[in-house]
Amino acid sequence: MATANLDIHDGAHAHSHDHDHEHEHHELGFIRSYVFSEDHKVIAKQYLITGLIWAFIGGFLSILFRIQLGFPEAKLFWLKPLLGGWIDDSGKLDANFYLALVTMHGTIMVFFVLTAGLSGTFSNYLIPLQVGARDMASGFMNMLSFWFFFLSSVLMFGSLFLSTGPAGGGWTVYPPLSAVKTANPGSEMGMTLWLVSMAFFIVSQLLGGVNYVTTVINLRTRGMSFSRLPLTVWAFFITAIIGLLSFPVLFSAALLLIFDREFHTSFFLSDLYVAGQALDNRGGSPILFQHLFWFLGHPEVYIVLLPALGITSEIIATNSRKPIFGYRAMIVSMLAIMVLSFIVWAHHMFVTGMNPFLGSIFMFLTLIIAVPSAVKAFNYITTLWRGNIVFTPAMLFSIGLVSLFISGGLTGVALGNSAIDIQLHDTYFVVAHFHLVMGSASFFGMMAGVYHWFPKMFGRMMDEKLGYVHFWMTFIGVYMVFFPMHYIGIAGFPRRYYSFTNFDFSKSFTDLNMFISIAAIVTFSSQLIFAFNFFYSIFKGRKAPQNPWHSTTLEWTAPVNPGHGNWVGEIPTVYRWPYDYSKPGAQEDFIPQTVPYAATPESNLPHEIDDEELYTDTPEVKSAH
Amino acid sequence: MSQKIEISGYNAIPEEPQETLSMNPKKFALWLFIVSIIMIFAAMSSAYIVRKGDGNWLEFELPQVFWTSSVIILLSSITMQWAHHSAKKDNLGMLKISMVITFLLGVAFIIAQYMGWQDLQHRQIWLGGATSNPAGSFLYIMTGLHIFHLVTGIVFLLLVLIATFRDEIHAKAMNRMDMCTTYWHFLDFLWVYLFIFLLINH
Ligand code: HEM
Ligand SMILES: [Cu+2]
Repeated sequence: MATANLDIHDGAHAHSHDHDHEHEHHELGFIRSYVFSEDHKVIAKQYLITGLIWAFIGGFLSILFRIQLGFPEAKLFWLKPLLGGWIDDSGKLDANFYLALVTMHGTIMVFFVLTAGLSGTFSNYLIPLQVGARDMASGFMNMLSFWFFFLSSVLMFGSLFLSTGPAGGGWTVYPPLSAVKTANPGSEMGMTLWLVSMAFFIVSQLLGGVNYVTTVINLRTRGMSFSRLPLTVWAFFITAIIGLLSFPVLFSAALLLIFDREFHTSFFLSDLYVAGQALDNRGGSPILFQHLFWFLGHPEVYIVLLPALGITSEIIATNSRKPIFGYRAMIVSMLAIMVLSFIVWAHHMFVTGMNPFLGSIFMFLTLIIAVPSAVKAFNYITTLWRGNIVFTPAMLFSIGLVSLFISGGLTGVALGNSAIDIQLHDTYFVVAHFHLVMGSASFFGMMAGVYHWFPKMFGRMMDEKLGYVHFWMTFIGVYMVFFPMHYIGIAGFPRRYYSFTNFDFSKSFTDLNMFISIAAIVTFSSQLIFAFNFFYSIFKGRKAPQNPWHSTTLEWTAPVNPGHGNWVGEIPTVYRWPYDYSKPGAQEDFIPQTVPYAATPESNLPHEIDDEELYTDTPEVKSAH
Repeated sequence: MSQKIEISGYNAIPEEPQETLSMNPKKFALWLFIVSIIMIFAAMSSAYIVRKGDGNWLEFELPQVFWTSSVIILLSSITMQWAHHSAKKDNLGMLKISMVITFLLGVAFIIAQYMGWQDLQHRQIWLGGATSNPAGSFLYIMTGLHIFHLVTGIVFLLLVLIATFRDEIHAKAMNRMDMCTTYWHFLDFLWVYLFIFLLINH
């Protein structure tokens, strides 16, 4: 048994083996241990910090366009030092720059913050620690993954400073706007940088995803069967599979778009007039791009959400001191979501003139997604039900996620009806829907994760009081911002319009818009509390105990500040599932995964004793029962 | 192995947790990369079919030389397998010869594909521009993407070739050889798929 284990292990770590040698002999320099590190924990922190910086940039851009929407008459000369020429001589925000701001906000938030910052951080950090591995399958590929992301970040950030501005065609970059360079200033160099940056981003995601899937399947410690994996790991695993299947499709779409822009092909363009001039593109189909884009785009929203749901499962079970309700149902619904997420994409295209019959098929498939989503929501609530709840900031953010997931999911069910969507498509109703269910929910998942695993990451605790203030301001804030948008949307106001005041029907919303903008500014400012808490606690926080939340999973059995390789000595072995909280008869209200059943005769359930008898064949043990 | 542990006066032999199922992570990762390459081409193929269904589609014959290139790449798969077999049998001389031949066939394939493109140009079938049609553009891009991946395959092949000359590949060290063979066969399969797809749908 032991030798078999060793063999597999050697095979698995053949590559990192040489490195281990180097470690033993001399300390790695600063560059190798903090910059080009191959340690999954360092890479996770790099993702986290980069993601948080992006979150502040992306959030700040949204404040800029909210100022325009909430205070259309305001003179913005005071922004001139920052925005320069984008504030015109009469003190107004440039309309094209407004579109660029919206585009950059969406791109940054969806891809850089909630995909790279969320999955990149927590998949990297938690997968090896929770499955009991010394590192990712390939530390080198993992490092490459981060640096490709970084390169893509630099390009995207650089595009903000172009004289023609960054891409302005929306985060979905629909042609012809994105394909024709004369369509919009942002469609020039800005769009080129967007596409190159996204190509690197996709490479980064594929490198990361391959690593996550390989690690979960091949590097689990002894006893860590799939039915004993924490739901976090299940969520990261499924997310990575979705990414591996959908990002290549975005790559194809981006590639064809690059050819349309640079090599005069006509995949997506046909019979266009720009400023009275006919373009010579013939025979393309812009709808084709939408199909390709949304084949990634819809799975992408689950790539963003599933890790947050996984994190929530873990935190809610831990802090309710109860086993997660419906462990298997949770896994099955995530698998169902994975499958369904690939066959609903056309619900973003109901009004593109597609065959209404096809529309009703996609409507049917779309509404089915509500079932596994509801299973998850109910399971969270039933886990909380009569739990011995500990309200840590992480727990509050997790409960907040459940709330946002439900209120945003309900409007999804409305939008999924192809007839209703004719009225609501591309209005602020859609904006409200996805900001609640995707934007805010996933952001809450990310915050929950940071508060919960901070002690493991940095060996110190974050301040709880500041955490509470941060939570309540954010929670109330996001509802204040996004709930009123439903009304504006039902009234028919389209998204991505520069000004509400140009149309009679929407003039009456000026007050509501002002309210939203003020709420947005307050909510954004309250994130500074978090930033302070985060950075202050890294250096000055209270020292963390080894297992501050009395959790059962493996990462808390590692030292407070785990080194490269995670565990000193042998990797722990797993004997039970990760949710033995408040088990009747047990001495404490949690039993770590590393405790064998033989050590807990007082709390074993009948079938667990049976299990044990399968493993033990000496009569001596039987008599002990 | 079955050491006893004593916990709260309770004598027991710890249950042996099961070893988890696993294969070599690098080989596994290679398969995942192959899956994502398949998705790129699946996206291209479906875009092709959807676009073709819209009409306004230029009909033209595929370059004849694609038949030759298909034979070349199929041959290269055979020599690759031969190399793999020689490595397994520790027949290192044969290994080097067959690897070199595979490499040359790979280069020949690229040259043949390039001749195919030239043939298309002679027949005024362009990648882009006012007289181009998506039918032609798709052909260039799909074959081009395949060539791009083939180049990565050739780089991989070269790395393994260097390793064979350093005698790092033999019956007891087959990992890299296995992966290289898998990837090469996949690239061959991918071209055969593309060729059949284009024959049916051009
Ligand atoms: C109950 C399940 C859900 C249903 C039935 C649903 C349905 C829809 C529909 C029909 C649209 C298109 C609206 C339009 O453009 O006219 C939409 C948009 C959107 N949904 Fe959902 N949704 C659900 C859950 C989710 C979840 C869980 C997420 C994210 C995690 C999400 C993220 C989005 C995003 C980002 C958009 C807008 C994309 C854009 O146009 O920029 N939805 N949803
Ligand atoms: Cu969708």
